Amino acid sequence: MSEWWTYRPSDFLMFSPRVYERLIETHNMALWPWQLVALGVVLAALGLAWAKRPADGRYALAGFGLGLVWVAWSFLWGRYAGINWVAAYAAPAFLIEGLGLVALAVLSKEPLLPLRREPASILAAVLVLFAAFAYPLAAPLTGQPWRASEVAGVMPDPSALATLGLVALVRSRAAVLALTPVPLLWSLYAAMTLRTLGAAEAWPMAGGIALFLAAAAARMLGKRRTFGH
Amino acid sequence: MSLRPDRRMVLGGAAASAALVASPRGLAQGPDPMAKTIPSSGEKIPAVGLGTWITFNVGEDAGLREDCVGVMRAFFEAGGRMIDSSPMYGSAQAVVGHGLKALGPGAPVFSAEKVWTSSDGPAQIEETRRRWGVRRFDLLQVHNLLSWEKHLETLQAMKQSGRARYIGITTSEGRRHRDIEKIVVERPLDFLQLTYNPVDREAEQRLLPLAKERGVAVIVNRPFRQGDLTQALEGEDLPGFAAEIGAKSWAQLILKFIVSHPAVTCAIPATTSVDHVRENLAAVSGAMPDEAMREKIAERLADA
Repeated sequence: MSEWWTYRPSDFLMFSPRVYERLIETHNMALWPWQLVALGVVLAALGLAWAKRPADGRYALAGFGLGLVWVAWSFLWGRYAGINWVAAYAAPAFLIEGLGLVALAVLSKEPLLPLRREPASILAAVLVLFAAFAYPLAAPLTGQPWRASEVAGVMPDPSALATLGLVALVRSRAAVLALTPVPLLWSLYAAMTLRTLGAAEAWPMAGGIALFLAAAAARMLGKRRTFGH
Repeated sequence: MSLRPDRRMVLGGAAASAALVASPRGLAQGPDPMAKTIPSSGEKIPAVGLGTWITFNVGEDAGLREDCVGVMRAFFEAGGRMIDSSPMYGSAQAVVGHGLKALGPGAPVFSAEKVWTSSDGPAQIEETRRRWGVRRFDLLQVHNLLSWEKHLETLQAMKQSGRARYIGITTSEGRRHRDIEKIVVERPLDFLQLTYNPVDREAEQRLLPLAKERGVAVIVNRPFRQGDLTQALEGEDLPGFAAEIGAKSWAQLILKFIVSHPAVTCAIPATTSVDHVRENLAAVSGAMPDEAMREKIAERLADA
């Protein structure tokens, strides 16, 4: 891109807030009441992630992975790509990310770190809970109808945040490195898009990214301390 | 906003020589918009067109698509002709095609499109043509100079074989004006599209005089800075001199400023509002500002 420094985020925004809001509401109405099922799946996945039996984390990863595949197909490709060509590229990225989570669930016997009373674990768990249960409240809390609520496993933004929380709990550092870029880049893009649209969800998106970065930093610091001793 | 009934009509500059278009209008409302001449052919075209960036990117939303049909209907009824879109605008091309189909074969559209890809230009143009549902395009432009050398050759060949009537290049927000200047001098172009309004006046320095000299028609995008300009002025009273040229709103004052430049052929504001599209077309009928008034408009808007 030439003269890239002259571009602002608004130059890349190719749809109006009205169109975006209606897109979300239409998708939610078409899927209702599967949003409740998606919330249940996230809750069950969290329970499995923190179960005493380490192998249960595999089901959590597989559940999240399938959720991302669904979001890629139903929303990113099926609706959003119609008004935003970025979504046409994001859809295969979400698909690959989802399949990556499923592959990790299949290939690793103990893919997630056990939940401990340590900052890294707590921050990652808080991020998943935040994405699953606080993020959907942003719409009604800012005066929008419930049908504008965005639920993880249905919409890409909370799905990406929840995935970041789960990825922060993955044991293999190589897997963490491989699975972080897609949800992190999408979260950054979504935060920028929402900010440009003037949508209230820009702030919880930014907060979610901050939580992930804090969880990642806490994990790295924890590792150094362990090596130090 | 105020409108003084005893307005004094002032015809100035290019406006004085501009003819009025006799367009096929079903339910004509108000006087015909001023028409300006495309230098390479002598064809006249209404000085206000319809942009589609953001406003026509409504996807498959049936309700919003019908709103766009309403905007297009009002546009043609008010004497408008040029509709400009691009492959970069998401679903806008398909929505324009939907509108043309809904309005029937009599719509007097002047179709302006772009090629925007670093790979297969002809394939993209054909896909664009299919979305519009037209036999050929009136104008094909290279969007933001992306792979411009290759695409200009394609467009030139299409013009020669009758698959496009005019060809051109586009830029926006003052980008790559040096490159544009070089292309305008070296290549045979019918149209140049750029950003120009009372606040963004860089084009006045070199590109607009050059286009005039080379006989290249000029399309003006972002006349209201994508709505930022009119939004910033919302609630502010129009200056007294606006009534002298019949401007009833800031949008009309800005459009009168733009199209009264001798080198400008057509401004393409984008809107989702039927009222606004009528207001935009109405802006270019009747009196136009002379050079002194154009400066007054620019001065007044400098701080907007």
